[in-house]
Amino acid sequence: MEISILTVCYLIGSVTFILGLKMLSSSALAWKGNLIAAVGMGIAILGTIFLYEEDGVKLHNYGWIFGGIFIGTVAGYLAAKQVKMTAMPEMVSLFNGMGGACAMLISIIEFRHLVDVSGGEVHGGSLFIIILGMIIGSVSFAGSMIAWGKLSGNVKDFSFNGQHIVNLIFLGIIVVLTVMVLSGSPQEGAGYFYAILALSLFYGILFVFPIGGADMPVVISLLNSFTGVAAACGGLLYNNKVMLTGGILVGAAGTLLTILMCKAMNRSLTNVLIGSFGGASKVAAGGAAKEQGNYKEMSVSDAAMVMNYAQKVIIVPGYGLAVAQAQHTCHELENFLTAKGVDVKYAIHPVAGRMPGHMNVLLAEANISDEKMLEMELANEEFPTTDVVLILGANDVVNPAAKDDPSSPIYGMPILEVGLAKTVIMNKRSMRPGYAGIDNDLFFQPKTSMLFGDAKDVIQQILADIKSF
Amino acid sequence: MESILTWITENQQMIYIVILMIFLGIEVIGRVPSLLHTPLMSGANAIHGVVIIGAIIVMGKAESDNYPALILGFLAVILGTLNVVGGFVVTDRMLDMFKKKK
Repeated sequence: MEISILTVCYLIGSVTFILGLKMLSSSALAWKGNLIAAVGMGIAILGTIFLYEEDGVKLHNYGWIFGGIFIGTVAGYLAAKQVKMTAMPEMVSLFNGMGGACAMLISIIEFRHLVDVSGGEVHGGSLFIIILGMIIGSVSFAGSMIAWGKLSGNVKDFSFNGQHIVNLIFLGIIVVLTVMVLSGSPQEGAGYFYAILALSLFYGILFVFPIGGADMPVVISLLNSFTGVAAACGGLLYNNKVMLTGGILVGAAGTLLTILMCKAMNRSLTNVLIGSFGGASKVAAGGAAKEQGNYKEMSVSDAAMVMNYAQKVIIVPGYGLAVAQAQHTCHELENFLTAKGVDVKYAIHPVAGRMPGHMNVLLAEANISDEKMLEMELANEEFPTTDVVLILGANDVVNPAAKDDPSSPIYGMPILEVGLAKTVIMNKRSMRPGYAGIDNDLFFQPKTSMLFGDAKDVIQQILADIKSF
Repeated sequence: MESILTWITENQQMIYIVILMIFLGIEVIGRVPSLLHTPLMSGANAIHGVVIIGAIIVMGKAESDNYPALILGFLAVILGTLNVVGGFVVTDRMLDMFKKKK
């Protein structure tokens, strides 16, 4: 009887996950979808704690279980409530790593259990699932930690010659060791098992290390789907449908999202993973930088003047806006200009920021309405009739090299064609190249004026100036 | 090899679920506008926290004197809960911003 109730709990869990993801396709319903999935998750978890039994034996160690859940809940809640909207990509990456580590630990415990129960018959299938879950879980954990470090600025890009070959060798050794564990008994294979664990963790680190910051959204999404697959391995192991559906759903969704993002950058996934962005181009860019000539600088009051008398202004936000926390000030500027009869819109590149849709979230935080946010194609249609484009801390997504320089690493990536507008104001903190490490010709074009400074400070000054007109 | 084949036969139900879920996942996500990609990723992130159920099972099965298993399991439960709670709360915060403008 109780077991059937548990089955129903799991059924509810699975259905709510699907519903939750489905409702995410509408911005008005999305919050409800998330809530529904959370409730379903709660039901599945409580059901497991109180109703799960194996061979007629119920779970015990309730003290440990509730202790762990309590600590995790408090820590997770506080962390999630306190994190700034701009630090969201790091946070998601961190939580993702936690899930991966959880899957890894489950596999380790299950393997130890197999070793302890000596003499018992071991299914090749379940042993394989345990190892697979551990490999994927630990790669996801180690990789997410590195991605987290990179996004929060604590870990720098690092690559060495022949790194891809080393990575491939690692992968090869992992496969060979897995086969060796599978062909013997768990007792004999214990040493190999822990070697696989160590290698997988190391592989996860090496795998993310060389990938440049501009490609981080792709990596996070990929690692997200890895953790999903690791969770699904747990589902196969325990014959647990809710883990299986949840895990595979996320695995498939994450993979699709990864591919969509690669498409937005017009690069293949292999290219992103193997490409070690920027590595080769830095040398060339360094040489070319001197010939690029002069850029124009603009004062704040000039910028204010130009925008005040414009009819249509499009703001292009980038990571700089996130760093400066300028979204609220930006909204204020928008309101003020709108009140003066200026048509203000935002042009959002699909991979601006450090996460897909990162800019949408930030602008939404400042209460900027969806209708003002133009997707790339629409924005490109509107640029020719635009008087002023204000670029706030975006760089690679407006770099014309993507269109006309075949030697550029971002060549072929669709960009926001800000050059079609009458005037371009580029706000940056310095002349340093963007996260991808590529020079930007846009700075040197006659239409472009540079406006140096922190995005928030600059907008505040512009706002003050406009108000004084 | 043979044991793997037997395993497939014994678990064919699960394998069907896997395949159907892959297609369902792709269908459902394919319709999400890029505007909502960040909350989507974060929401999916919370959902794979379902791995916590595995951690609870492992923890609940461990013998009370098997300290290595208890400690590892305890850690797994903490990490899994972090993933679930953190993931849903962060997603909720993001989606809340999309909601209140209406």
